[in-house]
Amino acid sequence: MIEVERLTKYYGRLPAIQDVNFRVESGEIVGFLGPNGAGKTTTMRILTCFSPASSGEARILGMDVRNDSLKIRRQVGYLPENVPLYSWMRVTPYLEFVARSKGIPRSKRTEEIQRVSDAVGLNGVRNRIIHALSKGYRQRVGLAQALIGDPPILILDEPTIGLDPRQIREIRELIKGFARNRTVILSSHILPEVSQVCDRVIIINKGSIVAEDSPSNLARRHGKASRCRVVIKGPEQEVKALLKGMSEITAVETTGIAAEGEVRLMVESEPDVNACPAISRAVVAKGWDLLELAPIHVSLEDVFIDLVTEESTEDRSADSSSAKEQST
Amino acid sequence: MRGWYAVFHKEIAGFFSVPVAYVVAGSFLLLSGFFFWANVSFMNLISLQAANSPMLMQRINLTDVVIRPLIQNMAIVLLFVMPLLTMRIFSEEKKTGTIELLLTYPVSDAAVIMGKYLASVFMLLVILTGTIPFLVILFMLGFPDSGPLIGGYLGLLLLGSAFLSLGMFISSLTENQIVSAILTFGAALLFWVMNWTASFVEEKFAAVINQLSMLWHLESLNKGVIPLSDISYFILFTAFFLFMTMRSVETYRWRG
Repeated sequence: MIEVERLTKYYGRLPAIQDVNFRVESGEIVGFLGPNGAGKTTTMRILTCFSPASSGEARILGMDVRNDSLKIRRQVGYLPENVPLYSWMRVTPYLEFVARSKGIPRSKRTEEIQRVSDAVGLNGVRNRIIHALSKGYRQRVGLAQALIGDPPILILDEPTIGLDPRQIREIRELIKGFARNRTVILSSHILPEVSQVCDRVIIINKGSIVAEDSPSNLARRHGKASRCRVVIKGPEQEVKALLKGMSEITAVETTGIAAEGEVRLMVESEPDVNACPAISRAVVAKGWDLLELAPIHVSLEDVFIDLVTEESTEDRSADSSSAKEQST
Repeated sequence: MRGWYAVFHKEIAGFFSVPVAYVVAGSFLLLSGFFFWANVSFMNLISLQAANSPMLMQRINLTDVVIRPLIQNMAIVLLFVMPLLTMRIFSEEKKTGTIELLLTYPVSDAAVIMGKYLASVFMLLVILTGTIPFLVILFMLGFPDSGPLIGGYLGLLLLGSAFLSLGMFISSLTENQIVSAILTFGAALLFWVMNWTASFVEEKFAAVINQLSMLWHLESLNKGVIPLSDISYFILFTAFFLFMTMRSVETYRWRG
């Protein structure tokens, strides 16, 4: 569906992305994750045929972005970051302009505009000037223009940036709704959004891909440790000694303030080990009360921060080693 | 060229929703109306003075006293107002980022540029159409020579179109509308006055400078002759800057 091979783009001498490879299969929802300036927008701009790549190939539906640009543009709906709209236009004339640009025949235009307005919930504001719309509605107009012409591929750059939590949820539901039987790439730096909407996540940092997997796999594989929270009614010293002595557990820490006679602990173990069953058995065997036992899921956020910071520390060590080489 | 009409339609709507079109048309028509009135009054005055000398009377005619100065004045007003029509044509889209969406619709760059250009030429036609009452008055009151009139209007249209293509090119270079307008005005003025230097430079250069100057080409059109060389000057000028706009948009894509 979408194939990207060794894609590189330079701005002047600065590489925005370097040797980026990935594939998106038909019907997938892929999240593009990365800090600001990582190259998300650049990659999307290449895929939408706005900006050509310096080298490498990008194919959409088997067509090359360089050679079949106009054909690809018919198949791709794009929502750029910050939703640039003609703010002096009214919603309906704006959508008419988009339909005309996308070559929707005159006889089907009204119908098509009605369809997308229904899909994103614009019917109440069709006669308003875009300038006067709230940010949430502007976003909807942006989504509507991307949906005109029923493109099989949607590329959405930061579709929920700058919205309030309620609007974020609404837009997210909309995206989920029309992602059925479409291929969607969306970029974001809001992690819950990506983990809730996307089948697969591509984490990009400093112009290259650092990880690529489903959100849950990523969390499992890249988490540094799996942790659980334990509250036990029993003598503190003995409890700690017992848990520390268990083979599954690597670290035990007291957290927070426990009630009288209770011990509140954070227990860490190896990333792929779940220590909860062993803890419960051991505590019950001792005759203490197990008040709380909850595994703490590593969030995508932790993975993301880890991956992004790991990279930069590596860079720093690489820099310092090269500096040493120069000095010798 | 598919899709040019969508852009054309949107641009026309843009001219009228942001009050640029009204301001440009209003100031152009006000100034040309003033010049028309002044020229006709002057004609009136000298006709009265020359009434008792038939020699002088023969040398006074509508073409020399009213039409040609009027066309020349209107050309200068065009020089002032055309940059205002083109200043936002690409600058605004670059500033607000809408160009990113426009350039990802299935419309070729050439079609986008033609849509925008033709919309601005359409505005020029609308503005020139506003001067038709002058012609009606002239034909009602006298017997103007239609040759210089037709040549003059053709000249205005060609000159305006040339300014518009130059302005569109400059607008595609900058995000700032004011910068776009001022640079366009400066560049257009340079092409306007270029042949003032023709009298004191070397003969070889003088020929080139004359050929490049807009005024020089406008003058012969204004006389009522329609030479191919003058028409092709304006057409080539326009085509050159349309081509440059194409290149500029392509560069913008590479940088974008």
